[in-house]
Amino acid sequence: MTVVAPNPAKVLSEETLVRERTPLHLALDFCRRKPLGTLGLVIVLVIMAAGICADWIAPFDPEENDFNAMMQAPSLVHLFGTDQFGRDIFSRLVFGARTAMLVGFGSAVGGGLIGLVLGVASAYFGGWFDLVFQRVLDVLMAFPLIILALAVVSVFGTGVFNVMIAITIPLIPRCGRVVRASALAVREVPYVDAARALGFGHARIILRHMVPNVVAPFLILLSAFVGQAILAEAGLSYLGLGVQEPVAAWGLMLQGSAEDYATTAPWIAIFPGLAIVFTVLGISLFGDALRDAIDPKLRDR
Amino acid sequence: MYVRTGLWAAGLGLAVAIAAGSAGAQTPKRGGTLTYVIPADAPPSFDGHRETTYATVHAAAPYYSVLIRVPPDNPASTTEFVCDLCTEMPTPTDGGKTYTFKIREGVKFHDGSKLTAQDVATSWNYIVFPPKGVSSARVSYYEMVDKVEAPDDTTVVFHLKRATNAFLPALADPYTWIYKKEILEKDPHWFEKNIMGSGPFKFVSYEVGQSIKGVRNPDYYHKGQPYLDAIVGIFADKQSVRVDALRADRAAIEFRGLPPSARDQLVKEAGADIVVQDSDWNCGNILTPNHKKKPFDDVRVRRALALAIDQWKGAPALAKIANVRTVGGIVFPGSPLAATKEELQQMAGYWPDIEKSRAEARRLLKEAGVEGLKFELLNRNVDQPYKFVGTWAIGEWKKIGLNVEQKVVPTGPWFSNMRAGTFDVVLEANCASVVNPLLDTGKYLPAKVYPENYGQFDDDKSVELYEKMQTEIDPKKQRDDMRAFEKHTLDTMVHEIVLPYWYRIILERSYVKGWKISPSHYLNQDLANIWLDK
Amino acid sequence: MYRYIVKRLLLAVPTLVGAAALVFILMRLIPGDVCVIRMGAGGSHVDAAAVALCHQQLGLDNSLFVQFLDFLWSYVTFDFGNSMWSGNPVAQEIALRLPVSLEVAVLATVIAILIAIPLGTISALKENTWLDHVVRVAAIAGIATPSFWLGIMSLILVMNITAMASGKPWLPPIDFVPLWQDPIRNLSIVLLPAITVGYRYSAVTMRLTRSAMLEVLREDYIRTARAKGLLEQIIVNRHALKNALLPVVTLIGIEFAFLIGGLVITEQVFNLNGIGRLLVQAVQNQDNVLAQALVMLVVIIFVVTNLVIDVLYAWLDPRIRFS
Repeated sequence: MTVVAPNPAKVLSEETLVRERTPLHLALDFCRRKPLGTLGLVIVLVIMAAGICADWIAPFDPEENDFNAMMQAPSLVHLFGTDQFGRDIFSRLVFGARTAMLVGFGSAVGGGLIGLVLGVASAYFGGWFDLVFQRVLDVLMAFPLIILALAVVSVFGTGVFNVMIAITIPLIPRCGRVVRASALAVREVPYVDAARALGFGHARIILRHMVPNVVAPFLILLSAFVGQAILAEAGLSYLGLGVQEPVAAWGLMLQGSAEDYATTAPWIAIFPGLAIVFTVLGISLFGDALRDAIDPKLRDR
Repeated sequence: MYVRTGLWAAGLGLAVAIAAGSAGAQTPKRGGTLTYVIPADAPPSFDGHRETTYATVHAAAPYYSVLIRVPPDNPASTTEFVCDLCTEMPTPTDGGKTYTFKIREGVKFHDGSKLTAQDVATSWNYIVFPPKGVSSARVSYYEMVDKVEAPDDTTVVFHLKRATNAFLPALADPYTWIYKKEILEKDPHWFEKNIMGSGPFKFVSYEVGQSIKGVRNPDYYHKGQPYLDAIVGIFADKQSVRVDALRADRAAIEFRGLPPSARDQLVKEAGADIVVQDSDWNCGNILTPNHKKKPFDDVRVRRALALAIDQWKGAPALAKIANVRTVGGIVFPGSPLAATKEELQQMAGYWPDIEKSRAEARRLLKEAGVEGLKFELLNRNVDQPYKFVGTWAIGEWKKIGLNVEQKVVPTGPWFSNMRAGTFDVVLEANCASVVNPLLDTGKYLPAKVYPENYGQFDDDKSVELYEKMQTEIDPKKQRDDMRAFEKHTLDTMVHEIVLPYWYRIILERSYVKGWKISPSHYLNQDLANIWLDK
Repeated sequence: MYRYIVKRLLLAVPTLVGAAALVFILMRLIPGDVCVIRMGAGGSHVDAAAVALCHQQLGLDNSLFVQFLDFLWSYVTFDFGNSMWSGNPVAQEIALRLPVSLEVAVLATVIAILIAIPLGTISALKENTWLDHVVRVAAIAGIATPSFWLGIMSLILVMNITAMASGKPWLPPIDFVPLWQDPIRNLSIVLLPAITVGYRYSAVTMRLTRSAMLEVLREDYIRTARAKGLLEQIIVNRHALKNALLPVVTLIGIEFAFLIGGLVITEQVFNLNGIGRLLVQAVQNQDNVLAQALVMLVVIIFVVTNLVIDVLYAWLDPRIRFS
């Protein structure tokens, strides 16, 4: 697979450009020029706020069964209705936002960081390390997620953390590959050579000089990963390998209900679906705008 | 309109299945093709002797005959058995130790050859005493059988080691297909990949994992049957596919059972085009605490787990969303050996006053020093009813301050964790075909006697009570013995916690007639008495 | 160039062995085995003797090392073994299902290309207009929707629409018929899944087409062409699109490779008897031999597709040299 590396000179000039303006100025400029991106950002912020403040926002306990209130249509008491177990859907959505953020950001950041470190190291050291690393990436890239997920879940169980592991692993090679390509482009830049000549340690050179230069593609990937991770959780839920009851998680809420209640109690199926679509949409819109703003030459991969 | 055919007699927790509509009054029409969905992926093989999955039965039972079976016109009966290949149900002789069956004459295999008592006896010998290298999945059902022989071409004799009421129900097992002796002796694995029997339909073709097709057997020995010209079974593992297929009439019936949500949906969307048949299901939901894991070695803790669950209120509510309904003990509700509601209410977990019950549970937890206990409920990655029941139980436990996480794993790891004893509490099922409490309750014995009990306990008293019940021939005394065994298992020792039984809901297009629901998805699947009213 | 291809093929060997080792280990990390599932999945009695016999017959008694060597050797000799579940040769099990998956994948790709490239181009040309915004939101919505939800909802939609139109809900047949036997029936089965998959696929492709176009449109030679007063249509068709398509073709290829392994959920939703569903079955049944074969198939398709893309890419773009 070929990834077009960003032009290092261009990255640098953007960086210099960025430093000259105040953050507020930048933000306003971003909002003006990227209305869709701003919309996306707002959605993401709202969902994040919901996740963080779930304990205060949610009117009901998201895991409390109430057999006196099963499958009730949306009302003033239950804003989005109740589910099969009589649990308040709004409360479950709000707590589900927490799970989604945990899985989405956790997996994205985890997979991204590991991929970043490995990708940069691979580009920096080259040689055998790079060759082996490339093969490992190939294996992981092509490997079907379901086997990985099933193995993790079968051995460790279906806790949120384990589901995160299953989702994180396939993200590593995708980040590693892009970062490696970007890092390769900066490896030969004079100041890295200079740093090496001065006898700086590997870690220092990598962290101080190479990492900052691959930050732009990394951030863009990261924003894409968050959405992918949330969707992956939903996909795993469909196969029964995602987060499990009674934990509030959108994919889980959608899994059974999409099939069972699409026509008899549609609110059970619709709201979690909308939550997923809106969140991923928001993240993607923001990610796109971010990409355009940082470097229009980068491809979404 | 949807026809409720399961009457729920609250007093006894007894479900009686009545024929759907007025099928009995109409004269069957001949002809047509029945398309049905098999809720599974490709079965491992078509050898009923070897397999245990319903996928094998739903796919291949129409092509085979058996010796005896539950009555096709009243499959809900838990006590009645009728002949398929025999001519008359025998009266046991030799103090109940010898059963002599006369075999129908003139029965032909689909290859045109004659079926004789030799084929029946050989098939049964392979089931009960599999030769080396041949797999038989239900050997333990027949441990009472001493010898099976065919003294002549129309007689098969079963000699038992001892008289027992468990024998006839075991003999009616729906997997005990009669194979051709010549083929079986030449290659005992032949029937794994080939289908050749003497049943109402002749096998035509099988598209792996896709569909299986058959046509009417013109030489079928039950006069006038089968009514259908042809049958097509389509494998469809995903529930949404099956429900959609029923709605759009891509399939006419599904024989395993769909959840209440599917029933509500189809009845709403298809109205009078869909008929519902339902019945209690011979599958118990069982919570098994691991006696080797602290604090579940303490009977007070196990008892608290049972006392926390409000079965009487939970069951009807759960019945709206999951395939469960009737509260029962260790015996299938409604069958002669089952406990009545009053008898149940004497035991932990069935108390009529839930507040009192939960207060006692809290007291026991406090006494045992494990208030607010945190543990894992191991569950199987199957929605209905496993995950629903698990989620419900966790909600109930929460009400006495227990903090339980549901660990859901696929079937393989679920089994392996149970067998290895690496769990705190597990939700399992005890599913059987023919209602045969004497065999089915073996599940509640310690593992040294019954290896498929995963509770990791030893209890000689339990074995003693079971043996006493098992060897008793008098039905009334046997019932009392069963009560003693049940009380010991569920109340005194709380080795297991029995949750509401599964509930089977069958949805069919209204033109499907003649098929009647039974308490098990394994039973009554030869499709000979089905006809289409269109 | 031949040396490059040979080198790439040699480099694929460690990838394949690595994938083999990974799937081998993962499948064995999962507790339980195919015998226990077969004997016990019905929820009834599990006969210990039957399970022991099954273990012996399937060679599950052998040490892991012996099993792994067997596995590798079977691939060297092109005898991929028998499914532990059905006993049929693995090659036969896969050959039965591969055409279904390929058909859906190819159809989805065609649909994706037909939607993505025109829309992506228009979106780039009309950058930051309402048209661009609508197209982009529609595209991103395609990526943002869980595929199983989309599949289930589209089936319900089809039934509701036909029920309203004719009084009777219509659903595509649920038993597969090959294309050459009954083309119309076949297409009615695969069209909906292909659209569902193709929508997501086209969304990804459309976004890339747009950004590639935008980038090309800013290149000097386009500016020169414009300065020369060439017709916009000619600029777009002759100069811009041709160059922008290079990365798009790459993406289509890569996505196609992913698609084969990625049909897992779609095939479940639409009851297609393809290799994605087979993979789920194999994994759930812990049919190690079949699962290994399927993973190897997916990995091989992936490696080969990547190789073909890289060679094509280098061939099309003279700036890239084989090294």
